[in-house]
Amino acid sequence: MTALEIRDVSHVYRKPALRGVSFAIEPGDFVLLLGLNGAGKTTLFSLIAGLLNLQRGSIHVLGHPLPDGRSAALAGCGFVFQQSALDLDLTVAQSLRYHAALHGLSRSGARVRIEQELERFGLVSRMHDLVRTLSGGQRRRVEIARALLHRPRLLLLDEATVGLDVPSRGAILQRVRAQCAEEGATALWATHLLDEVEPGDRTIVLHQGRILDDRRDIATASLPDYFARLASQEAAA
Amino acid sequence: MTARALRCFVGIVEREFLRFLSQRGRFFASLVRPLVWLVIFGTGLRSMVDLSSVAPYGSAVSYEEYIVPGLVGLILLFNGMQIALSMVFDREMGSMKVLLVSPMPRGYLLTCRLMAGVIVALPQVYAFLICAWLWGLRPPASGWLYVLPAVVLAGLMLGALGLVLSSLVEQLENFAGVMNFVIFPVFFASTALYPLSRLGEANAVLAEVARLNPFSQAVELVRFALYGRLETTALVATVVTTVVAMALAVWRYDSGRILRRQLGAH
Repeated sequence: MTALEIRDVSHVYRKPALRGVSFAIEPGDFVLLLGLNGAGKTTLFSLIAGLLNLQRGSIHVLGHPLPDGRSAALAGCGFVFQQSALDLDLTVAQSLRYHAALHGLSRSGARVRIEQELERFGLVSRMHDLVRTLSGGQRRRVEIARALLHRPRLLLLDEATVGLDVPSRGAILQRVRAQCAEEGATALWATHLLDEVEPGDRTIVLHQGRILDDRRDIATASLPDYFARLASQEAAA
Repeated sequence: MTARALRCFVGIVEREFLRFLSQRGRFFASLVRPLVWLVIFGTGLRSMVDLSSVAPYGSAVSYEEYIVPGLVGLILLFNGMQIALSMVFDREMGSMKVLLVSPMPRGYLLTCRLMAGVIVALPQVYAFLICAWLWGLRPPASGWLYVLPAVVLAGLMLGALGLVLSSLVEQLENFAGVMNFVIFPVFFASTALYPLSRLGEANAVLAEVARLNPFSQAVELVRFALYGRLETTALVATVVTTVVAMALAVWRYDSGRILRRQLGAH
């Protein structure tokens, strides 16, 4: 069973956002979805999350087809959205407890998991602080801890490091890579930041709603030129 | 109800309470509004309005006593709008996505959210009834108990209508205008401030509008319950409106259109 299977997915708002996108991800893999702003990454994530309805094509999440198997699919997924989705007036622990409740975790089970994840992200000391008092990097770490609370088998992270400084970005990325390596989770990491690609990473390049490339041996050194060319083609069009 | 579903419900209610507690002014604002009506308008209009032989009151009733259920309705109406506002706010701030990616069915999540909003309204309603009691307006003691299910039902109806409204309003900036557009006509064209019979003597069309107004039915349900009686027509109308509004809200939230603007579709 694949962790995620996208087949011939197209989506149109007023203009096409996705055009015949197809790929599959095997369990335990860490995959980068690389694309400029407006490439269609967020639309694809929203379709996987069931926030948008499928117009064409099919999506199977952990073997469950969307939309019929949405509940079972979402139970195994952890999401980090591009736009921060934390309640600023709640404490870190209250925010995480809310998420745990939405996934049906027991109170005691949630307490243990919250402590484990905050420990892992170095945020235990901030557990009872209001979210609004955290820095951008800390908020992002809370969001990733939240996505991991219910031990998802598939992690979907949409521009999870956007707006952060280089050390914070590196730490978050390494944490997610470690999650895949240590616990066998699968991750789809969407980004427009070329320096987040490491040699050997499977990288799917999405541009103007189409997949342009999908391989492991992508030459990371040539990516800046590659994207500069795409951007200039887009500007000329 | 499964244990997971129950935990989800408790989590949503807890979040609403925590948010309510963090907005300290909200509780007082919700009390001041009906108290202004009761103390100032009620006193001012007492001698001008003839309220003899109005059900469920046996004999003549004072104007302040008559408007108490209407003002309970006003609290619930504002609370319904608050539920709607909070949904639009969550959509704008991104936290709606956290709710919508829960594995629980969307209809269940929305119902939990609605019930959480109504539970938060209960202390506001009872605090107002205590203030009215201190002002000398004292319904039968049993009314304090009987009114609870009526308040819950009326709150669910107005909250469900708020959910529908929240699914139609795209931007937070538009919401204040929409609230005024909804609250004042709904409140004034109802039986909250004057009985239907008196309204009919003045204007038959307006009386018919007030009779068909679901808010009137909610107010009458509360009014009769406060005096230990059940108004069947109001009960049926309130239940039917709640079910229809909730079905519409679930359909809207499940249509995949709710977050289109936030996801970049214009």
